[in-house]
Amino acid sequence: MTDAEIDRRELLPALFPAPGDILMVSGLAGASRDAAALTGDGDTLFTMAGTMGAAVPLGLGMALSAPASQVAVITGDGELLMDLGALATVATQAPENFSIICIDNGRHGETGGQLGHTSHRTDLARIAEGAGLASVLAISRPGEIAAAAKFLAEATAPRFLLVRVKAGPPAAYQRDLDPAACRLRFRNAYLGAG
Amino acid sequence: MTDDDKDAWSARLFEQLIEAGVRLFAYVPDAGNARLIELAEAHNEARPVLLASEQEGVAICAGADLVGARAVLCMQSSGLGNCPNFLSLIKGGGFPLLLIVTMRGDYGEQNPWQYPMGQAVEPILAAMGVLSFRVARPEDLEPATSAALAAAFRAGQGAALVLSQKFLGAKAF
Repeated sequence: MTDAEIDRRELLPALFPAPGDILMVSGLAGASRDAAALTGDGDTLFTMAGTMGAAVPLGLGMALSAPASQVAVITGDGELLMDLGALATVATQAPENFSIICIDNGRHGETGGQLGHTSHRTDLARIAEGAGLASVLAISRPGEIAAAAKFLAEATAPRFLLVRVKAGPPAAYQRDLDPAACRLRFRNAYLGAG
Repeated sequence: MTDDDKDAWSARLFEQLIEAGVRLFAYVPDAGNARLIELAEAHNEARPVLLASEQEGVAICAGADLVGARAVLCMQSSGLGNCPNFLSLIKGGGFPLLLIVTMRGDYGEQNPWQYPMGQAVEPILAAMGVLSFRVARPEDLEPATSAALAAAFRAGQGAALVLSQKFLGAKAF
């Protein structure tokens, strides 16, 4: 982790110049703060504040059911490790409209910054390759972010982008934490009100 | 229960689910749901989604709902033990959810490993706010399926269609 130089707060705006065109799901804690800051807690972003591990399969259900839309999951290393089997499920389904972005800070930021497995010996990009994701890219330096944005736009899906970031806070953004309100907001935006 | 019986009820159940608009069939393989998943594989518009763990299926069903689609999660009863935390998404978010749970450890079970989780199915469903629609006799299947579909997709509840071993028959060891 010592080579990670990316400030997570600068990552998503560079990866997603037009986030409103994409259906997004973000996992609990930092990933959801960053995604909410990116979109202004946007209508086609579903953020989570619990159910650790649910972001990837929730995004997969969306991608399989909305094949004409691009779907992106924003998650963290701790959340992804909670449900690694979902990577195999994604690989088998092989949706052509699906990307996973894992912000890997090597720690459990929300609970005090305790070190996680990726600070030790675990490499989530190699796990994603082994699971069978079509395209996998790992970056750790600011100069690589432009290539990562191109990867998300052009590589064969399903895509897995691992971004090793330096320790530090996520975006300071207060999002709506009511899952029922967020569900209705998303459905109304996607399906059309009424 | 003979293979012919299993083919017959699986076909009736599949027909009801398709009629109700269900298209994604998330599942962990079980002898009890095997025929249902074969029917989904053979159907033009249905899509089976093989899971590594049952909890993924809860989130997949919620994701489908966010874009206006209907999904179902099929599992053996032991898999319900993998789901409670993800079920908070359903209760807290007001998501519709339909589980099809094929029971072990409830009637005629010969494997002692199956009893603890089999007997915990109803308490876990109740604790997480998922309604239970139990099928013990062949004539229960159609009305219980209708009721579970109504609860999930009309009323926005979590609902479980629980196919008991009295209905399915117990596996011999």
